[in-house]
Amino acid sequence: MPSALRLADPRVPIPDVHPPYVPAASAGFPVAENLCRVLVNAAVNDDYRLMVAAAPAAALAARPGQFFHLACPPSGEDRPFLRRPMSIHAVDPAAGTITFLYKVQGAGTRGLATLAPGDRLDAFGPLGHGFAAPEGRRHLLMLARGVGLATLAPQAEAVAAAGGRVTAVLSARARDLVMAEDRLAACGCDTLVVTDTDGTSAVEALRARIAAIHAERPFDAIVTCGSDRLMRLARDFARAWGVPGEVALEQHMACAVGLCHACVRPFVDAAGETSYRRVCWDGPVFPIEEATSWSI
Amino acid sequence: MVDLSVRIGSVTLANPVMPGSGTLAEGLADVFDLGRLGAIVTKTITPDLRRGTLPPRLVEYRDATLFAIGIPSLGPDYYLKKTVPFFARFPTPLVASVSADTVEDFARIAARLDVPEIAAIEANISCPNLRAHGRAFGMDPVATRDVITAMKAATTRPVWAKLTPNVGDIAGFARITEEAGADAVIVANAFLGMAIDPETREPRLGNVMGGLTGPALKPLILRMVHQCAEVVSIPVIGCGGISDWSDVVEYMLAGATATQIGTATFVTPTAMPRAIEGLEAYCRRHGITRIAELIGAMRPRGGVPTAAIDPVPAKVSA
Repeated sequence: MPSALRLADPRVPIPDVHPPYVPAASAGFPVAENLCRVLVNAAVNDDYRLMVAAAPAAALAARPGQFFHLACPPSGEDRPFLRRPMSIHAVDPAAGTITFLYKVQGAGTRGLATLAPGDRLDAFGPLGHGFAAPEGRRHLLMLARGVGLATLAPQAEAVAAAGGRVTAVLSARARDLVMAEDRLAACGCDTLVVTDTDGTSAVEALRARIAAIHAERPFDAIVTCGSDRLMRLARDFARAWGVPGEVALEQHMACAVGLCHACVRPFVDAAGETSYRRVCWDGPVFPIEEATSWSI
Repeated sequence: MVDLSVRIGSVTLANPVMPGSGTLAEGLADVFDLGRLGAIVTKTITPDLRRGTLPPRLVEYRDATLFAIGIPSLGPDYYLKKTVPFFARFPTPLVASVSADTVEDFARIAARLDVPEIAAIEANISCPNLRAHGRAFGMDPVATRDVITAMKAATTRPVWAKLTPNVGDIAGFARITEEAGADAVIVANAFLGMAIDPETREPRLGNVMGGLTGPALKPLILRMVHQCAEVVSIPVIGCGGISDWSDVVEYMLAGATATQIGTATFVTPTAMPRAIEGLEAYCRRHGITRIAELIGAMRPRGGVPTAAIDPVPAKVSA
């Protein structure tokens, strides 16, 4: 973490315009409007920011692949009306913190970027179905592009912690946009950094390199997020090797708990039937076999 | 102790707060005790199975949302087997919302849902009538009358008519539903709207047109509730841009007996229990023992009836 980050003292109460209020009817329910306190919210490179927040116990139950629906403050001309879904990048139950890694790209994330240490963050969750349990995985292939890394890193860490081996492919436009390489290496993952600038991120080059790793030490599961091309590559591998693959998908959302059906994506099941599924409620992690490509 | 209960015909609600159809599902049961609600209104179902419209389905504004979802429906069999038992465990009246392509199908699905676990059936008449070139039932006085008449003949459950605001004289439609036997009228559904991306020149919604909902609509629908409540004697249920307890009070003062909260739940998932707790505090603060006292209790400004005020103040001659 950059040394310039300011850390708020978690013992100092947040001055509230509106005092935190939990309706009696929601006390003790598993999915909550968690009132968190921002500890860190700083740029990690030109595109991405890291936000760490002290969170109540309900939020700390979040599993890899799950997400929170964040209330985003107004900033400049922006008045984000709806919350924004944000996948969990790390949960530390001992420290009582949740972490998000995000790219500033719209009204919601521009608002999030204005939160300062000490500010309150309303994080509704934890939400959605995360990745399959990490136990029993012998060798996980993780294919991450850009912000997809934020979503996949906790699963890689969980598989490594459960004794599995992880090969993490980190794809980015340029070398200085690669994130969490140290974190993944620290938990024992083999990292493979590929970039557009040196041409190593091209799918066919990757296909050959990954096939060579598989020949040496077979993969028994695949997770991917952040790139349509990598999702298709992951599906090719999952079919060829006969191993389960999972993809974490994004979509614009309103309710985040399966009420409104706004965040659907098309899926095709084994019988060839197309259906719409809610990314928030049926996902955001889906079997890769049924997810459809979003670029065609 | 404040009595928050209200009566919608034969159905007594513990309080005047319920969800708008399409804004409550099983997922909300993980967030708060649904047993605290005045009623549980489920998403509209149709006799046939529907996937819904092509995405994208959502456009966001500063204080409104434009949705085109297209009523994805798993049909009445699934509803009776799965949805009804799930919500029947709450001690709260369950209201089924239905829609169909024809008058006959409205009647058929109303008959199918004539079960004791369902306290009332909402007729969502904002959908297109396939026998009338796709014009919405709710925009056609004859089709509106026929749907309610047919449903009333087909079921013993109370029938609540959910009006569309996309008409010139909504009070006239409220009258028609009352005359056809509706037990309550819900005012209103979403406003038809659309959005285009200037960069791509494409409509922002897969369905091109959608329904506008959210706080921006409150003044419009509040006016409609006021107009409808003046001409019908059946209860009016207000639905449009309600975010909190103060909006509920406003709607009740305008003549609503109860209210539906919809889009606000997407922003604040506990909006409904917050509103109920806020209503109780409001009543205590104002010494109100029965919330039903608020229904239609708007006071004339400064104590002067509005009809007595000259539209143009008389000039004082110099």
